[in-house]
Amino acid sequence: MPWAPDLYLLVSTPGLTLDLIINGILIGAIFALVAYGMALVWGVMNIINVTQGEYVMLGGFVAVGMWHAGMHPLLAVPVAAVLLYALGLLLYHVVIFRIVDRDLFTSLLATFGLSIILQQLMNIYFGGDTRTADAELGRLVFSVDGYRISVSNIKILAFFLVLILGGCLYVFLKRSRLGQAIRATAQNPRAARVLGIDTNKVYAATFALNASIAGAAGALVAMAYTIHPYFGLPYTVRSFMIVIVAGLGNIGGVLAAGLGLGAAENMAGFLLGVEFQIAFVFGLLVLVLLLRAWWLGRKRQYLK
Amino acid sequence: MTVLLKVNSVSKTFGGVVANRAVSMEVEKGTIVGLIGPNGSGKTTLFNSVVGYHPIDEGSIRFRAQEISHMRVPQIARLGLLRTFQQTRIYGGMDCVQNMLISRSMRKASFLELFHRQTGEGVERAENLLEFVGLYEKRRLLAGDLSFGQQKLLEFAMALMNEPEMLMLDEPTAGINPTLINGLIDRLKRANEEFGITLFVIEHNMRVIMNLAQRIYCLAHGEVLAEGLPDEIRNDKRVIDAYLGAH
Amino acid sequence: MQVSNNGQSSFTSKLMLYGGIAVVGLAAPLLFPAYQAQMAELWLFVVFALTWDLVGGQMGYNSFGNVVFVGVGMYACAVVQVGLYYEVSEYTDARGGGTEFVFDQGQYLTGLVAGLPVAALLAALFAVVLGALVLSLRGHYFAICTLGLGIAMGELASGWEWIGAGSGMTPAEPPRSMGNINRLHYYLAFGLAILTFCAIATLLRSRFALAINAIRDDEDKAEAMGMYTTRIKVTAWTCSALFLGAAGGIYGNLKRFIDPTETAFSGATIGVWMVLMAILGGKGTLWGPIIGAVVFQITKELTWTYILGWQRVALGVLIVAIVVFFPEGIMGRLKILFPERFGHRVETPDEAREEGR
Ligand SMILES: Nc1ncnc2c1ncn2[C@@H]1O[C@H](COP(=O)(O)OP(=O)(O)O)[C@@H](O)[C@H]1O
Ligand SMILES: [Mg+2]
Repeated sequence: MPWAPDLYLLVSTPGLTLDLIINGILIGAIFALVAYGMALVWGVMNIINVTQGEYVMLGGFVAVGMWHAGMHPLLAVPVAAVLLYALGLLLYHVVIFRIVDRDLFTSLLATFGLSIILQQLMNIYFGGDTRTADAELGRLVFSVDGYRISVSNIKILAFFLVLILGGCLYVFLKRSRLGQAIRATAQNPRAARVLGIDTNKVYAATFALNASIAGAAGALVAMAYTIHPYFGLPYTVRSFMIVIVAGLGNIGGVLAAGLGLGAAENMAGFLLGVEFQIAFVFGLLVLVLLLRAWWLGRKRQYLK
Repeated sequence: MTVLLKVNSVSKTFGGVVANRAVSMEVEKGTIVGLIGPNGSGKTTLFNSVVGYHPIDEGSIRFRAQEISHMRVPQIARLGLLRTFQQTRIYGGMDCVQNMLISRSMRKASFLELFHRQTGEGVERAENLLEFVGLYEKRRLLAGDLSFGQQKLLEFAMALMNEPEMLMLDEPTAGINPTLINGLIDRLKRANEEFGITLFVIEHNMRVIMNLAQRIYCLAHGEVLAEGLPDEIRNDKRVIDAYLGAH
Repeated sequence: MQVSNNGQSSFTSKLMLYGGIAVVGLAAPLLFPAYQAQMAELWLFVVFALTWDLVGGQMGYNSFGNVVFVGVGMYACAVVQVGLYYEVSEYTDARGGGTEFVFDQGQYLTGLVAGLPVAALLAALFAVVLGALVLSLRGHYFAICTLGLGIAMGELASGWEWIGAGSGMTPAEPPRSMGNINRLHYYLAFGLAILTFCAIATLLRSRFALAINAIRDDEDKAEAMGMYTTRIKVTAWTCSALFLGAAGGIYGNLKRFIDPTETAFSGATIGVWMVLMAILGGKGTLWGPIIGAVVFQITKELTWTYILGWQRVALGVLIVAIVVFFPEGIMGRLKILFPERFGHRVETPDEAREEGR
């Protein structure tokens, strides 16, 4: 077993374990925010949006682009949010509005097509290399049990920014007029239309809002971690997994599942080797789905 | 007379809503039993519990003296206990004859039989049953293109094709053209007499159920309110109150 | 109101159609020797689309992961071809080929003859095991789960040293003496496509076809009628996998190099292409996937070289365009235009009134 010595190292060094978990939780918050957006679109429009990960990637390239142009990448967070909002509107008005009331496979395949287009365009424009944008905020270093843990400050900042963003979105959906219209449409589009809500506008806003949130998260990812044109799909899959585990409209569950996934992934990356980390994500997806189906099957039900 | 289906103090809740509370019923072999009750009184829920759509909280359900409350839908169906749906369900993308052919029971056939070519005998039986419910003329139409009432008839014919021992019908006359209801009652009776199928029928229409059933249960608020012969039910004050109170 | 189609003439027209296809198929590599590889690929695409449609179109289980069986078949065939004569790990360590690992004509043919059935059977075995697990998922959960499976398999293959890990594996190299080996691959692919077509056409005439159509239309109803749905679903997927495995074996030899994520478990290319071909031609029809494969491959070969670098963008645009604007496909469109030709009677308002009397 190649991972046995690693496991021993992990058990015998609490500092190392803590290091992995802290880092995992920090990125887990980002997973949770992206998943929250996916749940929003899924719940309101009944669309499983495969371009979710591409929004993260695009937001990341906004940060990289601005950093290369000499601007501080933190500025990219609002810029990415605005740009992605516009992209979301564009995609909605060109493609998505035609498939809102079609079956889920149609939207799955159509957004899959869109995601291929987006990642390919970025690949052509920026090349396929791994990129990052340096926010130059230094590192936080402390030691546990003689084990030196070092976390870059941008990761910590990103963590809190993400929590704030998620909180704002939550309050926005609860309090604002548009938020209420979105929730009414989610519950019953026909009734919402009768009440004079323009559901088409609501769908457009929801779709764009999600893109914007994921884009902002992506800008943070580019600073705290790395990005490249093809890393979208794992983000989409993670979001999907989180939503399956937590259920639609359960923000606490989404956060918990996101943080848990981040920690689990980091552990697995250490134990199995980083080259298997993506295999772990996709394997976990299969496992999560099967466990959920098995659990429901015991109750004479199935996932639907 | 043997008891075919025995429901013994079955309870079922959805979240906080009690849909069935300690419901007990018996259906004897070869009879037609009715189940009435105001909207939302838990009739469909009881059917769903019996055929395995969801787990029950408490109680026992026996079919031919065999406990079925833990079994899955297809297993129960293969025992010969079938149901039709209140919201009619048919295979919309196939024509009526195909709907019928694939409804033939799989409980006696071996799995490999699926790979045999279609026999003329099967088609003939399918067409006879379509004739029986009055859909022979429409046999080559896509089932999805039929009207709601016709789909209900098709669903009934499909159930007969399966040769069940017992058939549970959820509001068979709802949505059917009123002029056709008498014909349907007649067919239900014939299915019972000629094919020997025990029927358990949810029905909203009092006139229909009085005409059809030999024994009637009345549910209200998830509990059995009354049971008895049609005449007893007709004159039961509690039943009348429940119906009047519900409207 | 039967379709006026006398038996004799329909038989002759069928004979002419099948005869025509056989003649064209057999003669094509002799007429256009320069395009043998592309034409071999075309027949493999026909297999991909036909088998995808059996499960996706006829049964309603839209899979993004059928590429798993292609990949399994590809590696299985290559491993058998190599393993019969050399130590596989040494072969992959040396990155194949070279002067060390040569195959003579007999060895190459034996390898293929032994490898293809193994590829088919191993893929089918995968389908049985995976199917029993993932076919309990419905609709889009199944679709996404299979997507995950495909990628996970690719990543696993990229990490497995024995079959060359990330640097891939070369199937046995045919000896020079065999001339242009593409001709052999072409006829293998052609034969497999014919076999697949016959098998699926036969299957679609049996009760089994009704069963999978019923599952597509309403699985809850099928269960309520006592159908052995799980067994039926797994059987359908296994049939697909059997042919996909063999097709994968041929595809690996045709490509001459197996990259774990770019050729074998390539969800972003053949994994999507097969879905696209089936939808383009018309889901849930026998000829639709074939027509879709032909149209797709010809379009791809004609345009691919002109849009270097933009190929995948074009693919994305194509997916969106077809899914959004042309979901019924070529055969589906024909079915709407000429329903009577497809054996379904459509009631005219006149008739409806007449029968209502
Ligand atoms: N799947 C479900 N989830 C939650 N509540 C349900 C569900 N099915 C039924 N109910 C509730 O159970 C009660 C009984 O419903 P039902 O059995 O459909 O009544 P009936 O068929 O007698 O009209 C109703 O209050 C209904 O809202
Ligand atoms: Mg009801």
